[in-house]
Amino acid sequence: MKICLAWFLSILLIFPQIVGCERSKAGITVAGSTSVEPFAELLAEEYMSRYSESHIYVQGGGSTAGIEAVITGAANIGMSSRNLTEAEKKLYAVTIARDAIAIIVHISSPIDNLPLDKIREVFSGKIANWKELGGPDHPIDIVTREEGSGTRESFQKFVMGKEDINLGALVQDSNGAVRQLISSDPNAIGYISLGLVNEQVKALRISGVQPNLTNVYNGKYTFVRPFLFVFSGEPVGEAKSFIDFVLSPQAQKLLLKEGLVPIIEKLG
Amino acid sequence: MQVPEKVIEKILLLIALSSIFILALITFFIFEEGIPLILKVGPKAFLLGEKWIPSKGLFGIFPMIVSSFWVTLGALLFGIPLGLACTTFLSELVPPSIGTFFRPAIQLLAAIPSVIYGFWGLIVLVPLIRIHLGGPGLSILAGSLVLGFMILPTIITISEDALNALPPSYKAGALALGATHWQTIWRVLIPAARSGIVAGVILGMGRAIGETMAMIMILGNAVRMPASFLDSARTLTTNIGIEMGYASGDHRQALFATGIVLFFIIMALNTLALFLSRRRAR
Repeated sequence: MKICLAWFLSILLIFPQIVGCERSKAGITVAGSTSVEPFAELLAEEYMSRYSESHIYVQGGGSTAGIEAVITGAANIGMSSRNLTEAEKKLYAVTIARDAIAIIVHISSPIDNLPLDKIREVFSGKIANWKELGGPDHPIDIVTREEGSGTRESFQKFVMGKEDINLGALVQDSNGAVRQLISSDPNAIGYISLGLVNEQVKALRISGVQPNLTNVYNGKYTFVRPFLFVFSGEPVGEAKSFIDFVLSPQAQKLLLKEGLVPIIEKLG
Repeated sequence: MQVPEKVIEKILLLIALSSIFILALITFFIFEEGIPLILKVGPKAFLLGEKWIPSKGLFGIFPMIVSSFWVTLGALLFGIPLGLACTTFLSELVPPSIGTFFRPAIQLLAAIPSVIYGFWGLIVLVPLIRIHLGGPGLSILAGSLVLGFMILPTIITISEDALNALPPSYKAGALALGATHWQTIWRVLIPAARSGIVAGVILGMGRAIGETMAMIMILGNAVRMPASFLDSARTLTTNIGIEMGYASGDHRQALFATGIVLFFIIMALNTLALFLSRRRAR
């Protein structure tokens, strides 16, 4: 009997996916971008509190991994913080919200405003000292995200263009880690989701435009990317009811409160 | 029902084989994923290339190999003197009442999860280095210091075993010849236990090269060749750890290829340690 139990347990250990499959039968899995993950978790919680019989499992892994998971069927919904590539266009994607990206510095920095080309020169390493931007005489610590990150891809597209981010830049693997580093280093500059900017860091104006919701809506602040839910086809069943909830005014209001840009502009 | 002993033996054999089988499977998988990319970019461009920009198809890991060795060297610089001093104290000088408290405390050091070491380094060490020595604080120096502490348990446990395994006649002989206790330790016991101590150091080195979580938090992960101990760096392990979440295609294979390089380095270190401890046994 004991041996049987031991064997059973070791089989569970060796094949955890068996256990995983058992679990996902009872609900749907949402996987992908770590930028979207916290918001999706919030939405899932809200959704589950309304429909107590359903269960939604939210996992990270990254935009690309999430999209791949949808293609292979490992997840019902993929989260992406970047637009789909040509090869991925056959999937069914819904924009659930938009997210502005803010350039942030330490709270004590004398710099409030930088034109886009100066930001590019800072991140490419051409400007290496705050003195050149009217700040103190101190080297700039550039902070960037890791290769493959959706936030980095957006930053590359919007700010850097064809230029490379300096190889000497510090690399952190999440929005939170970038914010933590910049909040403790007076000479650092980096970029994170606008929704995650808090009182520990300062968001710069870009060419005089303050990053906020008003400026995103009126099109002045253009450093914005979509948050997508990706499906293998037209959503049905539980996935359909979840996406319907996410697009409802209540859920969008929730996202607005968390700092995202809702797809519905006027929320009563 | 009586289970025949033969059956039990076979079952145990099967379990033992399954662990080796899993190891072989992992090895096979790493090589299967990584080798195609190394062949694609060329072994030389991969191992000696200085630029790592996966989005542009540049996969050079030379700065990471160098950084791995810098960080490890730094860790040994802190870890060996501290470890050796601790070992000597524990096996020769410590009063038994303190020893019973001291040994478990050192073993506890090995039980602390590396993320805690990393967090401590990030919150305490990094600002200190930034304020007093300059640079971004996230640096090889910070990483080396933290790793130095992390490899202490390995070095201490193995070298203490080596010291305790010496025949008592060595110590008695030295003391009888009129050597002081310190002379006995420094001139007789430590040299006699040398190969065991070196094996401990090499195993510690393997631990240092393999450490990932704490290093992601403390090193800053810049992909440039570090020029000083105050520069940020990225080791082979942190390269995999930090980028695996989003990597796909060639990029993902390149991370497996990084794993292959790591695999060879660790194999070499472990073989060396094994060889040295065998020699001691003879």
